[in-house]
Amino acid sequence: MNQADFYSLLPIIVLTTWSALLLIVDLFIDDKKKGITAVLAAAGLALTMGLTLSQTGQTVIGFNGMVILDGFSTFVNTLLLFSGLMAISVAYGYIKRRGIERGEYYSLILFSIVGMMLMAQARDLIVVFIALEMLSIPLYVLAAIDNSNAKSEEAGIKYFLLGAFSGGFVVYGVALVFGATGSTAFAEIAASIATGNAETLLVLAGAALILVGFGFKVGAVPFQMWTPDVYEGAPTSVTAFMAAGAKIAGFSALMRVFATAFPDIAVDIAPVLAVIAALTMIVGNVAAIAQKNIKRMLAYSSIAHAGYILMAFAAFANPALRDDAISAGIFYLVAYAITSFGTWAIVISLEKEDGKGLAIEDYAGLGRTKPLMAAAMTIFMLSLTGIPPTLGLIGKLYLFRVVVEAQFMWLALIGILTSLISAYYYLRVIVIMYMKEGEPETVSESWLTFTWGAMAVLTVVLSLIPASLFAWASGALMK
Amino acid sequence: MTVFIILALVAIITALGMLISRNAVYSALFLVLNFATVAVFYLLLGAPFIAITQVTVYAGAIMVLFLFVIMLLGTDELEDTDNLTWQRPLAIGLAVVLVVEGIYLMLSQNTLGFITTPSEDLGSPQAIGDMLFSKYLLPFEATSILLLVAMVGAIVLTVKNKKGEQS
Repeated sequence: MNQADFYSLLPIIVLTTWSALLLIVDLFIDDKKKGITAVLAAAGLALTMGLTLSQTGQTVIGFNGMVILDGFSTFVNTLLLFSGLMAISVAYGYIKRRGIERGEYYSLILFSIVGMMLMAQARDLIVVFIALEMLSIPLYVLAAIDNSNAKSEEAGIKYFLLGAFSGGFVVYGVALVFGATGSTAFAEIAASIATGNAETLLVLAGAALILVGFGFKVGAVPFQMWTPDVYEGAPTSVTAFMAAGAKIAGFSALMRVFATAFPDIAVDIAPVLAVIAALTMIVGNVAAIAQKNIKRMLAYSSIAHAGYILMAFAAFANPALRDDAISAGIFYLVAYAITSFGTWAIVISLEKEDGKGLAIEDYAGLGRTKPLMAAAMTIFMLSLTGIPPTLGLIGKLYLFRVVVEAQFMWLALIGILTSLISAYYYLRVIVIMYMKEGEPETVSESWLTFTWGAMAVLTVVLSLIPASLFAWASGALMK
Repeated sequence: MTVFIILALVAIITALGMLISRNAVYSALFLVLNFATVAVFYLLLGAPFIAITQVTVYAGAIMVLFLFVIMLLGTDELEDTDNLTWQRPLAIGLAVVLVVEGIYLMLSQNTLGFITTPSEDLGSPQAIGDMLFSKYLLPFEATSILLLVAMVGAIVLTVKNKKGEQS
């Protein structure tokens, strides 16, 4: 082990140490002052983000080829750390209000982010699996952290059982790929497939099983069944983190694995991914129409958005488009993360004791009583639909362009049609906010207000100057 | 070869005994015996480290946990209720297919030549230690963090929240 090894994982090592120390420091913090733990956790994330950004543009392979630091990992890790900051910001007041404030809440979020960052840097299937477990276990616990509430416990156990099950699929896939190629390192797998030494059938079966495992994590059809129940049952601040963080990590791992380990079987896999993407968009958007609970609606919406991002994978079959597909995919992840954190912050503002205030009807009259909050919600709904002037539209434009260039016209068509369907249920929220009479009760907490306010501004402003962000995403290449 | 055949018979009988026994404690004890025989298989195959791990982790720690849970819950005897009536004939049918397929493959191939014998010291504790602390250092260290997280998570879930204490 040498300096390069440490340097390649420096942000992760710092964050791991920080979260382990936070567990100890938290013991000395009075129960009434757990806010200090939140601030310390946020400070750790900010420090790690600084370190990550300072590594921009560098490429280092560390730990015998187990991990890599490159443009892609820097970009994804920055996005993950941003999600962590937002997750703490929306949780700060909410978990106090719900009586589930515990110092471990913040440590678990940090540990989960460590796993996600490791996933984005992994260059070996063994590391991918360990990172997958490291990001999932804190999420299972966080989903069930409101353990006096049956719904939260149900969400935790459901997520845990299905998550463990999908973890098994990943391990089986890794074993098959190892059996076929004799290695778990991405570069060696790719080399073995390229030279024709590997048994193609075994590799395909292994890749398919890995895809199933990650399909569970990102909530792609037909592995989406857990999403609505878990999103609804988990405390809303956890759901917000799950929706953004787990998706970013899952997709970054999928992109990395399929772009660097299986480039030569992309032609076989791309049509499968295209069909999964189409099904995910259709099921997510159609099921969302019937929802009356905003958390369930957003859960189905998150399934639908997983479908849009999966469209990027259809373009993988064409090597010339691979980089474009990856940058369009991660750009969409940025757009989705920003919009979704803003939306969840508003959902948390309206949520009351015992899960009240979560029906879409409870938003009636928000346009009159809280014009600013309603305006922000309008922006988020427009962004999720993909209507200008929002980041969601720009993200969709980049994605559709790649899909059309890859000659998947039918897929782009389904994407556009399902976006039209989604307009119905997103715009219904706006209609209810402004057209219906009601007296919605909201909670004003400074951090919550900051979150939705800042996210609304980002959604609009970044959509006006998307070129600089997209240039950064395009520079985030895998080495 | 004789050792193998005797052990194989023991392994099969204990596995069947575990499945058939209606008493959960007997099942668990059959499983211990099964694990022990499998551990000897590993020794025969030249993998002493895995053999020892099998005994200490599976036959030792995990089975003690199993027995603890069985005795704590007090469900020694299983009631004879079978909700999935179609499952048994299907399972038996599939098992027969698997056995016939295995026998056919063994007879038609005559040898198990496609399994290459690994080098002598592949499974030795020293070789595994060398691998863990050189090539697989990062996964090894990451696993320790993973276990820490799992431990913290288990503790968090068992301690009730303040809200729960009040009500």
